Amino acid sequence: MLIKRPSDVLPSEITPEHIYARRRELMKAAAAGSILAATGGLVSGNAGAQGGGLQKLAGVKKSPYSTVEQANTYKQITTYNNFYEFGTDKDDPARYADKLKVSPWTVVIEGEVKKPRTVGIEELLKLPLEERVYRLRCVEAWSMVIPWVGFEFRELAKLVEPTGNAKFVEFVTAYQPETMPGVRLPVLEWPYVEALRLDEAMHPLTIMAVGLYGEVLPNQSGAPVRLVVPWKYGFKSGKSIVRIRFVEKQPKTAWEKAAPHEYGFYSNVNPDVDHPRWSQRREKRLPSFFATRDTVIFNGYGGEVASLYAGMDLKKNF
Amino acid sequence: MPRWNPSPRAIRAIKAVVFVVALAPLARLALGVVAFPEWLGTNPAEYITRSLGDWTLRFLLLTLTVTPLRRVTGWHWLLRLRRMLGLFTFFYGVVHLTSYVAFDHVFAIDEILKDIVKRPFITVGFTALALMTPLAMTSTNAMVRRLGAHRWTALHRLVYPIAVLGVVHFWMMVKRDITEPAIYAVVLAVLLGYRVAVARVGAREPRAA
Repeated sequence: MLIKRPSDVLPSEITPEHIYARRRELMKAAAAGSILAATGGLVSGNAGAQGGGLQKLAGVKKSPYSTVEQANTYKQITTYNNFYEFGTDKDDPARYADKLKVSPWTVVIEGEVKKPRTVGIEELLKLPLEERVYRLRCVEAWSMVIPWVGFEFRELAKLVEPTGNAKFVEFVTAYQPETMPGVRLPVLEWPYVEALRLDEAMHPLTIMAVGLYGEVLPNQSGAPVRLVVPWKYGFKSGKSIVRIRFVEKQPKTAWEKAAPHEYGFYSNVNPDVDHPRWSQRREKRLPSFFATRDTVIFNGYGGEVASLYAGMDLKKNF
Repeated sequence: MPRWNPSPRAIRAIKAVVFVVALAPLARLALGVVAFPEWLGTNPAEYITRSLGDWTLRFLLLTLTVTPLRRVTGWHWLLRLRRMLGLFTFFYGVVHLTSYVAFDHVFAIDEILKDIVKRPFITVGFTALALMTPLAMTSTNAMVRRLGAHRWTALHRLVYPIAVLGVVHFWMMVKRDITEPAIYAVVLAVLLGYRVAVARVGAREPRAA
Protein backbone atom coordinates (compact mmCIF):
# COMPACT_ATOMS: atom_id res chain seq x y z
CA MET A 1 0.00 0.00 0.00
CA LEU A 2 1.17 3.48 -0.83
CA ILE A 3 1.35 5.51 2.31
CA LYS A 4 1.32 9.25 1.82
CA ARG A 5 2.63 11.71 4.34
CA PRO A 6 0.09 14.32 5.35
CA SER A 7 0.88 17.45 3.40
CA ASP A 8 -0.47 20.00 5.83
CA VAL A 9 2.35 20.07 8.31
CA LEU A 10 3.82 23.48 8.91
CA PRO A 11 7.57 23.54 9.49
CA SER A 12 6.92 25.21 12.84
CA GLU A 13 4.86 22.25 13.97
CA ILE A 14 7.47 19.65 13.29
CA THR A 15 9.15 18.37 16.42
CA PRO A 16 12.45 20.20 16.83
CA GLU A 17 15.25 18.04 15.60
CA HIS A 18 17.11 17.83 18.89
CA ILE A 19 14.01 16.37 20.54
CA TYR A 20 13.18 14.17 17.58
CA ALA A 21 16.73 12.83 17.65
CA ARG A 22 16.24 11.83 21.26
CA ARG A 23 13.18 9.68 20.45
CA ARG A 24 15.14 6.45 20.45
CA GLU A 25 16.82 7.47 23.66
CA LEU A 26 13.45 8.20 25.23
CA MET A 27 12.09 4.90 23.93
CA LYS A 28 15.06 3.03 25.38
CA ALA A 29 14.48 4.77 28.66
CA ALA A 30 10.83 3.72 28.50
CA ALA A 31 11.78 0.15 27.58
CA ALA A 32 14.28 0.05 30.43
CA GLY A 33 11.47 1.26 32.65
CA SER A 34 9.20 -1.57 31.57
CA ILE A 35 11.95 -4.15 32.15
CA LEU A 36 12.51 -2.72 35.60
CA ALA A 37 8.78 -2.84 36.22
CA ALA A 38 8.59 -6.43 34.96
CA THR A 39 11.40 -7.50 37.25
CA GLY A 40 9.70 -5.94 40.19
CA GLY A 41 11.97 -2.92 40.36
CA LEU A 42 10.46 0.40 41.28
CA VAL A 43 10.22 2.91 38.46
CA SER A 44 10.33 6.47 39.57
CA GLY A 45 9.09 8.79 36.81
CA ASN A 46 11.47 9.10 33.86
CA ALA A 47 12.63 12.68 33.83
CA GLY A 48 11.34 14.38 30.71
CA ALA A 49 9.22 11.45 29.57
CA GLN A 50 5.46 11.95 29.32
CA GLY A 51 3.00 9.72 31.07
CA GLY A 52 0.76 9.21 34.03
CA GLY A 53 2.75 6.57 35.90
CA LEU A 54 0.45 3.82 34.61
CA GLN A 55 1.53 0.38 33.44
CA LYS A 56 3.87 0.54 30.43
CA LEU A 57 2.95 -1.40 27.31
CA ALA A 58 5.62 -3.71 25.93
CA GLY A 59 6.54 -4.50 22.32
CA VAL A 60 5.06 -1.37 20.81
CA LYS A 61 6.19 -0.74 17.23
CA LYS A 62 6.44 2.62 15.47
CA SER A 63 4.16 3.22 12.51
CA PRO A 64 4.54 5.15 9.26
CA TYR A 65 0.95 6.32 9.79
CA SER A 66 2.13 8.51 12.68
CA THR A 67 2.30 12.24 12.11
CA VAL A 68 5.52 14.04 12.97
CA GLU A 69 3.58 16.98 14.38
CA GLN A 70 4.29 17.97 17.96
CA ALA A 71 2.11 15.88 20.26
CA ASN A 72 0.08 17.46 23.04
CA THR A 73 1.29 16.85 26.57
CA TYR A 74 -0.05 13.96 28.62
CA LYS A 75 -1.65 16.46 30.95
CA GLN A 76 -3.42 18.31 28.16
CA ILE A 77 -4.72 15.06 26.69
CA THR A 78 -5.98 13.71 30.01
CA THR A 79 -7.55 16.82 31.57
CA TYR A 80 -9.67 18.05 28.66
CA ASN A 81 -12.05 15.28 27.65
CA ASN A 82 -15.53 14.67 26.38
CA PHE A 83 -16.73 11.55 28.19
CA TYR A 84 -20.31 12.49 29.03
CA GLU A 85 -20.85 9.42 31.21
CA PHE A 86 -18.75 11.26 33.78
CA GLY A 87 -20.25 14.70 33.22
CA THR A 88 -20.35 17.25 30.43
CA ASP A 89 -17.61 19.59 31.65
CA LYS A 90 -14.24 18.99 30.06
CA ASP A 91 -12.60 18.39 33.45
CA ASP A 92 -15.31 16.03 34.75
CA PRO A 93 -13.80 12.85 33.25
CA ALA A 94 -10.38 13.54 34.82
CA ARG A 95 -12.13 14.12 38.12
CA TYR A 96 -14.56 11.20 38.22
CA ALA A 97 -13.39 8.49 35.81
CA ASP A 98 -11.04 6.92 38.35
CA LYS A 99 -14.14 5.07 39.63
CA LEU A 100 -14.65 3.30 36.30
CA LYS A 101 -14.28 -0.47 36.80
CA VAL A 102 -11.83 -1.57 34.11
CA SER A 103 -10.87 -4.99 35.46
CA PRO A 104 -12.05 -7.57 34.64
CA TRP A 105 -12.91 -6.36 31.12
CA THR A 106 -14.30 -8.31 28.23
CA VAL A 107 -15.45 -7.32 24.78
CA VAL A 108 -18.31 -9.28 23.22
CA ILE A 109 -17.89 -9.61 19.46
CA GLU A 110 -21.03 -10.86 17.76
CA GLY A 111 -23.49 -10.50 14.90
CA GLU A 112 -22.66 -11.35 11.32
CA VAL A 113 -19.51 -13.30 12.14
CA LYS A 114 -18.50 -16.92 11.75
CA LYS A 115 -16.94 -17.16 15.21
CA PRO A 116 -18.66 -14.92 17.73
CA ARG A 117 -16.46 -14.49 20.81
CA THR A 118 -16.05 -12.81 24.13
CA VAL A 119 -12.48 -11.57 24.35
CA GLY A 120 -10.69 -10.55 27.54
CA ILE A 121 -8.56 -7.41 27.59
CA GLU A 122 -5.47 -9.54 28.28
CA GLU A 123 -5.88 -11.23 24.92
CA LEU A 124 -6.40 -7.93 23.12
CA LEU A 125 -3.14 -6.60 24.56
CA LYS A 126 -1.36 -9.46 22.78
CA LEU A 127 -2.42 -8.26 19.33
CA PRO A 128 0.33 -6.41 17.37
CA LEU A 129 0.59 -3.04 19.12
CA GLU A 130 1.75 0.08 17.33
CA GLU A 131 2.20 3.66 18.37
CA ARG A 132 -0.03 5.84 16.21
CA VAL A 133 0.49 9.57 16.64
CA TYR A 134 -2.77 10.90 15.21
CA ARG A 135 -4.40 14.26 14.89
CA LEU A 136 -7.71 14.41 16.74
CA ARG A 137 -10.26 16.92 15.50
CA CYS A 138 -13.23 17.50 17.79
CA VAL A 139 -16.55 18.55 16.26
CA GLU A 140 -16.28 21.54 18.63
CA ALA A 141 -13.49 22.94 16.40
CA TRP A 142 -10.47 22.23 18.57
CA SER A 143 -7.77 19.72 17.81
CA MET A 144 -4.87 17.90 19.44
CA VAL A 145 -2.12 15.48 18.44
CA ILE A 146 -2.22 12.25 20.44
CA PRO A 147 0.28 9.39 20.62
CA TRP A 148 -2.07 6.43 20.90
CA VAL A 149 -0.99 2.84 21.25
CA GLY A 150 -3.30 0.31 19.66
CA PHE A 151 -3.92 -2.44 17.14
CA GLU A 152 -5.69 -2.20 13.82
CA PHE A 153 -9.37 -3.00 14.00
CA ARG A 154 -8.96 -5.48 11.15
CA GLU A 155 -6.72 -7.59 13.42
CA LEU A 156 -9.70 -7.93 15.74
CA ALA A 157 -12.02 -8.75 12.86
CA LYS A 158 -9.71 -11.65 11.93
CA LEU A 159 -10.51 -13.26 15.28
CA VAL A 160 -14.22 -13.55 14.48
CA GLU A 161 -14.32 -13.68 10.65
CA PRO A 162 -17.16 -11.40 9.51
CA THR A 163 -19.63 -12.99 7.07
CA GLY A 164 -20.70 -11.54 3.72
CA ASN A 165 -23.74 -10.02 5.42
CA ALA A 166 -21.65 -7.74 7.61
CA LYS A 167 -21.94 -4.22 6.17
CA PHE A 168 -21.55 -2.08 9.30
CA VAL A 169 -19.88 -2.33 12.68
CA GLU A 170 -21.58 -1.09 15.82
CA PHE A 171 -19.56 -0.16 18.90
CA VAL A 172 -21.30 -0.23 22.27
CA THR A 173 -19.55 1.50 25.17
CA ALA A 174 -19.58 0.78 28.88
CA TYR A 175 -22.63 1.61 30.96
CA GLN A 176 -21.84 1.53 34.68
CA PRO A 177 -24.46 3.60 36.51
CA GLU A 178 -22.72 2.88 39.82
CA THR A 179 -19.48 4.51 38.63
CA MET A 180 -20.77 7.04 36.10
CA PRO A 181 -22.41 10.13 37.60
CA GLY A 182 -23.24 11.49 34.13
CA VAL A 183 -25.65 8.74 33.11
CA ARG A 184 -28.21 9.92 35.67
CA LEU A 185 -29.10 12.70 33.23
CA PRO A 186 -30.68 11.75 29.90
CA VAL A 187 -28.10 13.85 28.05
CA LEU A 188 -27.70 11.09 25.47
CA GLU A 189 -29.19 7.65 25.16
CA TRP A 190 -27.06 5.31 27.26
CA PRO A 191 -25.10 3.24 26.58
CA TYR A 192 -23.31 5.41 24.04
CA VAL A 193 -23.31 3.74 20.64
CA GLU A 194 -21.17 4.53 17.63
CA ALA A 195 -20.86 2.82 14.26
CA LEU A 196 -18.79 2.67 11.09
CA ARG A 197 -19.29 1.25 7.65
CA LEU A 198 -17.40 -2.07 7.41
CA ASP A 199 -14.84 -0.70 4.94
CA GLU A 200 -14.19 2.28 7.23
CA ALA A 201 -13.68 -0.03 10.20
CA MET A 202 -11.35 -2.30 8.22
CA HIS A 203 -9.19 0.60 7.02
CA PRO A 204 -5.66 0.34 8.45
CA LEU A 205 -5.96 3.82 10.00
CA THR A 206 -8.83 2.61 12.21
CA ILE A 207 -7.41 1.34 15.45
CA MET A 208 -8.58 0.04 18.79
CA ALA A 209 -6.43 2.03 21.20
CA VAL A 210 -5.28 0.48 24.44
CA GLY A 211 -2.59 2.99 25.37
CA LEU A 212 -1.39 6.56 25.47
CA TYR A 213 2.24 7.72 25.62
CA GLY A 214 3.35 4.09 25.84
CA GLU A 215 1.23 3.32 28.91
CA VAL A 216 -2.18 1.72 29.28
CA LEU A 217 -5.02 4.20 28.74
CA PRO A 218 -6.06 6.35 31.67
CA ASN A 219 -9.76 5.90 32.42
CA GLN A 220 -10.79 9.35 31.20
CA SER A 221 -9.36 8.54 27.77
CA GLY A 222 -11.55 5.45 27.41
CA ALA A 223 -9.75 2.65 29.25
CA PRO A 224 -9.13 -0.15 28.72
CA VAL A 225 -9.93 -0.21 25.00
CA ARG A 226 -11.42 2.40 22.70
CA LEU A 227 -11.95 3.13 19.04
CA VAL A 228 -9.85 5.75 17.22
CA VAL A 229 -10.86 6.89 13.73
CA PRO A 230 -8.59 9.85 12.98
CA TRP A 231 -10.34 11.25 9.89
CA LYS A 232 -13.69 11.63 11.66
CA TYR A 233 -14.80 14.00 14.42
CA GLY A 234 -13.73 12.78 17.84
CA PHE A 235 -17.16 11.65 19.03
CA LYS A 236 -17.10 8.81 16.47
CA SER A 237 -14.25 7.22 18.43
CA GLY A 238 -16.20 5.55 21.23
CA LYS A 239 -14.52 5.00 24.58
CA SER A 240 -14.40 1.97 26.89
CA ILE A 241 -15.86 -0.48 24.35
CA VAL A 242 -17.71 -3.54 25.70
CA ARG A 243 -19.52 -4.87 22.63
CA ILE A 244 -18.80 -4.92 18.92
CA ARG A 245 -21.56 -6.00 16.55
CA PHE A 246 -21.16 -6.73 12.86
CA VAL A 247 -24.52 -5.89 11.30
CA GLU A 248 -26.23 -5.67 7.94
CA LYS A 249 -28.19 -2.43 8.42
CA GLN A 250 -26.75 0.99 9.23
CA PRO A 251 -27.07 1.43 13.00
CA LYS A 252 -28.40 4.60 14.62
CA THR A 253 -25.66 6.25 16.67
CA ALA A 254 -26.11 8.09 19.97
CA TRP A 255 -25.56 11.58 18.51
CA GLU A 256 -27.74 10.85 15.49
CA LYS A 257 -30.57 9.98 17.85
CA ALA A 258 -29.95 13.07 19.98
CA ALA A 259 -29.61 15.67 17.21
CA PRO A 260 -29.86 14.22 13.68
CA HIS A 261 -29.61 17.60 11.95
CA GLU A 262 -26.32 18.36 13.73
CA TYR A 263 -24.54 15.00 13.73
CA GLY A 264 -24.62 12.68 10.75
CA PHE A 265 -23.63 9.04 10.51
CA TYR A 266 -20.38 9.74 8.65
CA SER A 267 -19.14 12.82 10.51
CA ASN A 268 -15.99 13.02 8.45
CA VAL A 269 -13.90 16.08 9.22
CA ASN A 270 -14.90 18.56 6.51
CA PRO A 271 -14.25 22.32 6.44
CA ASP A 272 -17.06 22.77 3.89
CA VAL A 273 -19.83 21.33 6.05
CA ASP A 274 -20.53 23.64 8.97
CA HIS A 275 -22.06 22.50 12.20
CA PRO A 276 -25.43 24.31 12.30
CA ARG A 277 -24.17 26.35 15.24
CA TRP A 278 -20.59 27.04 14.27
CA SER A 279 -18.19 27.02 11.36
CA GLN A 280 -15.83 24.11 10.75
CA ARG A 281 -13.62 26.15 8.42
CA ARG A 282 -10.88 26.61 11.02
CA GLU A 283 -9.75 24.93 14.18
CA LYS A 284 -7.84 25.69 17.32
CA ARG A 285 -4.83 23.45 17.96
CA LEU A 286 -4.82 23.30 21.75
CA PRO A 287 -3.50 24.87 23.89
CA SER A 288 -3.41 27.77 21.42
CA PHE A 289 -5.70 30.73 22.09
CA PHE A 290 -6.58 31.27 18.47
CA ALA A 291 -8.54 29.25 15.93
CA THR A 292 -6.12 30.03 13.14
CA ARG A 293 -5.53 26.58 11.65
CA ASP A 294 -7.37 25.73 8.47
CA THR A 295 -9.36 22.54 8.90
CA VAL A 296 -8.35 19.96 6.31
CA ILE A 297 -10.81 17.56 4.68
CA PHE A 298 -10.66 14.12 6.36
CA ASN A 299 -8.45 15.76 8.99
CA GLY A 300 -5.52 15.54 6.60
CA TYR A 301 -5.94 11.79 6.03
CA GLY A 302 -7.58 12.24 2.61
CA GLY A 303 -4.65 10.56 0.85
CA GLU A 304 -5.50 7.38 2.70
CA VAL A 305 -9.30 7.47 3.02
CA ALA A 306 -10.81 9.72 0.33
CA SER A 307 -11.30 6.72 -1.96
CA LEU A 308 -13.75 5.24 0.56
CA TYR A 309 -16.17 8.03 -0.34
CA ALA A 310 -15.64 8.24 -4.10
CA GLY A 311 -18.79 9.51 -5.80
CA MET A 312 -20.55 10.31 -2.54
CA ASP A 313 -22.08 13.70 -1.84
CA LEU A 314 -20.27 14.57 1.39
CA LYS A 315 -22.58 17.49 2.13
CA LYS A 316 -25.60 15.22 2.07
CA ASN A 317 -23.82 12.35 3.80
CA PHE A 318 -22.31 14.56 6.53
CA MET B 1 -35.90 42.29 59.12
CA PRO B 2 -34.17 45.24 60.81
CA ARG B 3 -33.82 48.32 58.66
CA TRP B 4 -30.21 49.18 57.99
CA ASN B 5 -29.44 52.67 56.86
CA PRO B 6 -25.72 53.10 56.29
CA SER B 7 -24.34 56.63 56.29
CA PRO B 8 -23.30 58.23 52.98
CA ARG B 9 -19.70 57.51 53.93
CA ALA B 10 -20.49 53.85 54.59
CA ILE B 11 -22.28 53.63 51.24
CA ARG B 12 -19.24 55.06 49.48
CA ALA B 13 -17.11 52.42 51.20
CA ILE B 14 -19.55 49.64 50.25
CA LYS B 15 -19.50 50.83 46.65
CA ALA B 16 -15.71 50.81 46.61
CA VAL B 17 -15.67 47.25 47.94
CA VAL B 18 -18.27 46.08 45.39
CA PHE B 19 -16.25 47.73 42.62
CA VAL B 20 -13.07 45.89 43.57
CA VAL B 21 -14.84 42.54 44.13
CA ALA B 22 -16.59 42.89 40.76
CA LEU B 23 -13.20 43.13 39.05
CA ALA B 24 -11.89 39.98 40.72
CA PRO B 25 -13.16 37.52 38.05
CA LEU B 26 -11.43 39.53 35.34
CA ALA B 27 -8.26 39.84 37.42
CA ARG B 28 -8.19 36.07 37.90
CA LEU B 29 -8.40 35.48 34.13
CA ALA B 30 -5.71 38.07 33.47
CA LEU B 31 -3.43 36.47 36.05
CA GLY B 32 -4.08 33.12 34.42
CA VAL B 33 -2.93 34.47 31.06
CA VAL B 34 0.24 36.14 32.27
CA ALA B 35 1.38 33.89 35.13
CA PHE B 36 -0.73 30.83 35.94
CA PRO B 37 -1.72 28.97 32.74
CA GLU B 38 -2.84 25.95 34.80
CA TRP B 39 -5.77 28.04 36.07
CA LEU B 40 -7.15 28.17 32.54
CA GLY B 41 -6.64 24.53 31.54
CA THR B 42 -5.98 23.01 28.15
CA ASN B 43 -8.30 25.34 26.21
CA PRO B 44 -7.57 28.72 27.78
CA ALA B 45 -9.44 30.76 25.18
CA GLU B 46 -12.65 28.78 25.65
CA TYR B 47 -12.27 29.00 29.42
CA ILE B 48 -11.90 32.78 29.25
CA THR B 49 -14.81 33.36 26.87
CA ARG B 50 -17.16 31.10 28.86
CA SER B 51 -16.11 32.55 32.18
CA LEU B 52 -16.72 36.10 30.90
CA GLY B 53 -20.13 35.02 29.59
CA ASP B 54 -20.99 33.43 32.94
CA TRP B 55 -20.08 36.63 34.77
CA THR B 56 -22.09 38.76 32.36
CA LEU B 57 -25.17 36.69 33.18
CA ARG B 58 -24.40 36.68 36.91
CA PHE B 59 -24.06 40.47 37.04
CA LEU B 60 -27.25 40.80 35.03
CA LEU B 61 -29.15 38.63 37.51
CA LEU B 62 -27.54 40.49 40.44
CA THR B 63 -28.70 43.78 38.94
CA LEU B 64 -32.22 42.40 38.68
CA THR B 65 -32.03 41.21 42.31
CA VAL B 66 -31.60 44.74 43.68
CA THR B 67 -35.26 45.76 43.46
CA PRO B 68 -36.80 42.62 44.98
CA LEU B 69 -34.14 42.51 47.69
CA ARG B 70 -34.78 46.15 48.49
CA ARG B 71 -38.51 45.53 48.84
CA VAL B 72 -38.06 42.44 50.97
CA THR B 73 -35.42 43.87 53.32
CA GLY B 74 -36.41 47.52 53.27
CA TRP B 75 -32.76 48.37 52.55
CA HIS B 76 -33.45 51.18 50.13
CA TRP B 77 -29.79 52.13 49.87
CA LEU B 78 -29.27 48.98 47.78
CA LEU B 79 -30.58 51.03 44.88
CA ARG B 80 -27.33 52.96 45.02
CA LEU B 81 -25.48 49.80 43.85
CA ARG B 82 -27.76 49.03 40.92
CA ARG B 83 -26.14 51.31 38.35
CA MET B 84 -22.68 49.92 39.10
CA LEU B 85 -23.90 46.34 38.80
CA GLY B 86 -25.65 47.16 35.54
CA LEU B 87 -22.51 48.76 34.14
CA PHE B 88 -20.43 45.78 35.18
CA THR B 89 -22.91 43.57 33.28
CA PHE B 90 -22.29 45.65 30.18
CA PHE B 91 -18.54 45.69 30.83
CA TYR B 92 -18.28 41.89 31.14
CA GLY B 93 -20.55 41.52 28.11
CA VAL B 94 -18.26 43.69 26.00
CA VAL B 95 -15.13 41.83 27.15
CA HIS B 96 -16.97 38.51 26.51
CA LEU B 97 -17.77 39.59 22.95
CA THR B 98 -14.22 40.86 22.46
CA SER B 99 -12.73 37.55 23.56
CA TYR B 100 -14.97 35.66 21.11
CA VAL B 101 -14.07 38.06 18.31
CA ALA B 102 -10.37 37.81 19.10
CA PHE B 103 -9.98 34.11 19.88
CA ASP B 104 -12.54 32.46 17.61
CA HIS B 105 -12.25 34.78 14.64
CA VAL B 106 -8.99 36.66 15.14
CA PHE B 107 -10.92 39.85 14.28
CA ALA B 108 -12.02 38.63 10.82
CA ILE B 109 -14.96 41.01 10.45
CA ASP B 110 -16.59 39.24 7.47
CA GLU B 111 -16.70 35.95 9.37
CA ILE B 112 -18.05 37.57 12.51
CA LEU B 113 -20.85 39.19 10.52
CA LYS B 114 -21.63 35.84 8.91
CA ASP B 115 -21.71 34.24 12.34
CA ILE B 116 -24.09 36.88 13.67
CA VAL B 117 -26.52 36.30 10.81
CA LYS B 118 -26.16 32.54 10.41
CA ARG B 119 -25.87 31.25 13.95
CA PRO B 120 -28.93 31.88 16.08
CA PHE B 121 -27.14 31.67 19.43
CA ILE B 122 -24.65 34.32 18.30
CA THR B 123 -27.50 36.43 16.90
CA VAL B 124 -29.29 36.27 20.23
CA GLY B 125 -26.19 37.07 22.31
CA PHE B 126 -25.21 39.91 20.04
CA THR B 127 -28.73 41.36 20.16
CA ALA B 128 -28.69 41.27 23.96
CA LEU B 129 -25.42 43.18 24.07
CA ALA B 130 -26.58 45.65 21.41
CA LEU B 131 -29.73 46.36 23.43
CA MET B 132 -27.61 46.91 26.54
CA THR B 133 -25.64 49.66 24.86
CA PRO B 134 -28.27 52.44 25.09
CA LEU B 135 -28.85 51.51 28.72
CA ALA B 136 -25.17 51.91 29.51
CA MET B 137 -25.08 55.19 27.57
CA THR B 138 -28.02 56.63 29.48
CA SER B 139 -26.76 55.57 32.89
CA THR B 140 -25.42 58.95 34.00
CA ASN B 141 -27.41 61.34 36.19
CA ALA B 142 -27.28 63.92 33.41
CA MET B 143 -28.87 61.48 30.95
CA VAL B 144 -31.58 60.58 33.45
CA ARG B 145 -32.43 64.27 33.77
CA ARG B 146 -32.29 64.83 30.03
CA LEU B 147 -34.64 61.94 29.28
CA GLY B 148 -36.94 62.59 32.20
CA ALA B 149 -37.68 59.90 34.78
CA HIS B 150 -40.66 58.55 32.86
CA ARG B 151 -38.92 57.99 29.54
CA TRP B 152 -35.74 56.82 31.25
CA THR B 153 -37.67 54.16 33.19
CA ALA B 154 -39.48 53.05 30.05
CA LEU B 155 -36.17 52.70 28.18
CA HIS B 156 -34.54 50.78 31.00
CA ARG B 157 -37.34 48.22 31.05
CA LEU B 158 -35.34 46.83 28.12
CA VAL B 159 -33.33 45.02 30.77
CA TYR B 160 -36.08 42.37 30.97
CA PRO B 161 -35.92 41.23 27.33
CA ILE B 162 -32.12 41.55 27.52
CA ALA B 163 -32.02 39.14 30.46
CA VAL B 164 -34.27 36.67 28.63
CA LEU B 165 -32.06 36.88 25.54
CA GLY B 166 -28.97 36.36 27.68
CA VAL B 167 -30.28 33.14 29.20
CA VAL B 168 -31.59 31.94 25.81
CA HIS B 169 -28.13 32.62 24.33
CA PHE B 170 -26.50 30.40 26.96
CA TRP B 171 -29.18 27.73 26.56
CA MET B 172 -28.70 27.57 22.78
CA MET B 173 -24.92 27.43 23.07
CA VAL B 174 -24.90 24.33 25.25
CA LYS B 175 -24.49 21.13 23.28
CA ARG B 176 -26.58 18.77 25.30
CA ASP B 177 -26.57 19.14 29.09
CA ILE B 178 -28.84 22.09 29.90
CA THR B 179 -28.42 21.95 33.69
CA GLU B 180 -26.47 25.22 33.99
CA PRO B 181 -28.59 27.39 31.70
CA ALA B 182 -31.66 25.92 33.40
CA ILE B 183 -30.41 27.22 36.76
CA TYR B 184 -30.01 30.73 35.31
CA ALA B 185 -33.48 30.43 33.74
CA VAL B 186 -35.08 29.51 37.07
CA VAL B 187 -33.39 32.41 38.88
CA LEU B 188 -34.49 34.81 36.15
CA ALA B 189 -38.04 33.40 36.25
CA VAL B 190 -38.20 34.02 40.01
CA LEU B 191 -36.89 37.59 39.62
CA LEU B 192 -39.30 38.42 36.81
CA GLY B 193 -42.17 36.50 38.43
CA TYR B 194 -41.73 38.55 41.57
CA ARG B 195 -42.17 41.74 39.58
CA VAL B 196 -45.31 40.42 37.88
CA ALA B 197 -46.76 39.39 41.24
CA VAL B 198 -45.98 42.79 42.79
CA ALA B 199 -47.53 44.60 39.81
CA ARG B 200 -50.72 42.53 40.12
CA VAL B 201 -51.05 43.12 43.83
CA GLY B 202 -50.34 46.81 43.28
CA ALA B 203 -53.05 47.03 40.64
CA ARG B 204 -55.63 45.49 42.94
CA GLU B 205 -54.87 47.65 45.96
CA PRO B 206 -56.88 50.85 46.15
CA ARG B 207 -54.63 53.82 45.64
CA ALA B 208 -54.64 56.90 47.75
CA ALA B 209 -55.78 59.85 45.73
